[in-house]
Amino acid sequence: MSRAGALALKQPPEFEPAAPRAAQEGPVIAAPVIAARGLSLTYTTADGPVHALSNVDLAVAPGEFVSFIGPSGCGKTTLLRCVADLEQPTGGELTVNGVGAEAARLRRDYGFVFQAPALYPWRTIARNVALPLEIFGVPRAERRERVAHYLDLVQLFGFANKFPWQLSGGMQQRASIARALCFDPKLLLMDEPFGALDEIVRDHLNAQLLELWRKTAKTVLFVTHSIPEAVYLSTRVVVMSPRPGRIIDIVDCTALGRERPLEIRESPEFLRLGQRVREGLRAGHAYDA
Amino acid sequence: MGVVLALLAGWYLAALFGNWNGAADALARAGAIPDAEKIAAATMAQERPVVPAPHQVVSELWRSIVGMPLGSKRSLLTHAWVTLSATLMGFAIGSLLGIALAVAIVHLRSVEASLMPWIVASQTVPILAVAPIIIVALGAAGLTGLLPKAVIAAYLCFFPVTVGMVKGLNAPDRIQRDLMRTYSASRGQILARLRWPAALPYLFASLKIAVAASLVGTIVAELPTGAQAGLGARLLAGSYYGQTIQIWAALFAAAALSALLVQGIGLAEAATARALGARPAGRVPRSAR
Ligand SMILES: Nc1ncnc2c1ncn2[C@@H]1O[C@H](COP(=O)(O)OP(=O)(O)OP(=O)(O)O)[C@@H](O)[C@H]1O
Ligand SMILES: [Mg+2]
Repeated sequence: MSRAGALALKQPPEFEPAAPRAAQEGPVIAAPVIAARGLSLTYTTADGPVHALSNVDLAVAPGEFVSFIGPSGCGKTTLLRCVADLEQPTGGELTVNGVGAEAARLRRDYGFVFQAPALYPWRTIARNVALPLEIFGVPRAERRERVAHYLDLVQLFGFANKFPWQLSGGMQQRASIARALCFDPKLLLMDEPFGALDEIVRDHLNAQLLELWRKTAKTVLFVTHSIPEAVYLSTRVVVMSPRPGRIIDIVDCTALGRERPLEIRESPEFLRLGQRVREGLRAGHAYDA
Repeated sequence: MGVVLALLAGWYLAALFGNWNGAADALARAGAIPDAEKIAAATMAQERPVVPAPHQVVSELWRSIVGMPLGSKRSLLTHAWVTLSATLMGFAIGSLLGIALAVAIVHLRSVEASLMPWIVASQTVPILAVAPIIIVALGAAGLTGLLPKAVIAAYLCFFPVTVGMVKGLNAPDRIQRDLMRTYSASRGQILARLRWPAALPYLFASLKIAVAASLVGTIVAELPTGAQAGLGARLLAGSYYGQTIQIWAALFAAAALSALLVQGIGLAEAATARALGARPAGRVPRSAR
């Protein structure tokens, strides 16, 4: 795919890479939430270096919903972990909300949904969801209210007092989503949150997430292996190559509009976008050969 | 049950053979013609046998527990209480010390480097040699009675708690810690909400060892110091006067005490596990690994 290189650098028009963000004053029009330039990460392991990310350029504007799709092991989780300051990039630059990833983490700018539920087995579901609220010092009454609201949102209300092992894997994952949502972060980092769910629940949660995103103007970075899910949810889909992860295509899905009934997935435009993502993935595999 | 019967039978046999010569000599001295039957009977009823028979020990236990008024010097319960109180005090001191050390070791690398060799070295010193020194030193400082014994008990029991708790506090896996990191939780919050609950199973396992060690420490502390009361003093007096039955009775009392203490911790463990939502017994506890 010859245009891949150019597309990788494609940025929303309002993004000005040269602008010193920290110095900007007054009403800043859509300073990027995420700005990565030449981002690379090489893990040092006993069997030698593993190049997980290579030269990733990406800018995400506020309110965008950006999905990452790519073959297993291509560095999607790694990219999200860099944004979350759980991993230190070995090269390039990365800012989150105009500051370094660490400063953003210390400001509690984002909510992270891990690939696994990561619930604490000694806490009930309600108390697992309340964990960030406890840590942020939210008063008890408000905590209870929010937990109830978000458990309801992920349809786990009746399971508030159950322990994680009493729930199925998909239910546990929904609890972990409620936990990430309950403190209302402006930025959501979601690593295959719906991977373990059945199609019906997945559809439901996709619609819910889209609705939440539409209402709250959150910025979402979303990792998935499902092309329809990526196209359905996203304003842009980032297609990544096999390891070392590079961006080989960015598919703009804004043409689908912000209101997206589930039926939109049968529309020609939707199928066309899906096809383009698929081609990108294929091209990525061809690079490898 | 079968095991108990086999043990009893073995014990009777041991008493028979162990006391045979003594019983034969005694009969000969009394001028009787020692036939095998008489000797065998005598081995079971000597006043100072080499190996007292089970029923002798039981009747001594009965006599010194039920037959003596509480508070009397000859009541085994009095002695057991003296030992128990020092054991519990030493156990409390030692466990708290052990937990505090583990918390320090887990949080401060320098503490581990500087203290760990000393902690290990402390356990290689034979307690029998150190006990009199400690008691004399504390006695010179005006501390007598319960406290010196408790100190020695604590000296023996902090170590398993430290070792177990270091392991337990480090038990949370990467994703559980990463979650706390995304919240920028303080060390104190991580300790209270992640490390501590994760360490509880390890804590109870160590406490069982520690409480038994504490009892041993207390008895050892009662041995060399001419203590007037306590199971250790009872053992010493018994051996001084060749009262083997009394020694055995005291040993059994100590074993029963130890079993009781371990049992008590087992109950606390079960109650805690229930409160923290552990799976019912018979199912493998979930580990998020
Ligand atoms: N902590 C680590 N140490 C060493 N190598 C790692 C580490 N984490 C990830 N890797 C390697 O980096 C590469 C990218 O991993 P990553 O988890 O980001 O992939 P992914 O795109 O999320 O895959 P999947 O779709 O299967 O979740 C993989 O080859 C993986 O083996
Ligand atoms: Mg992943």
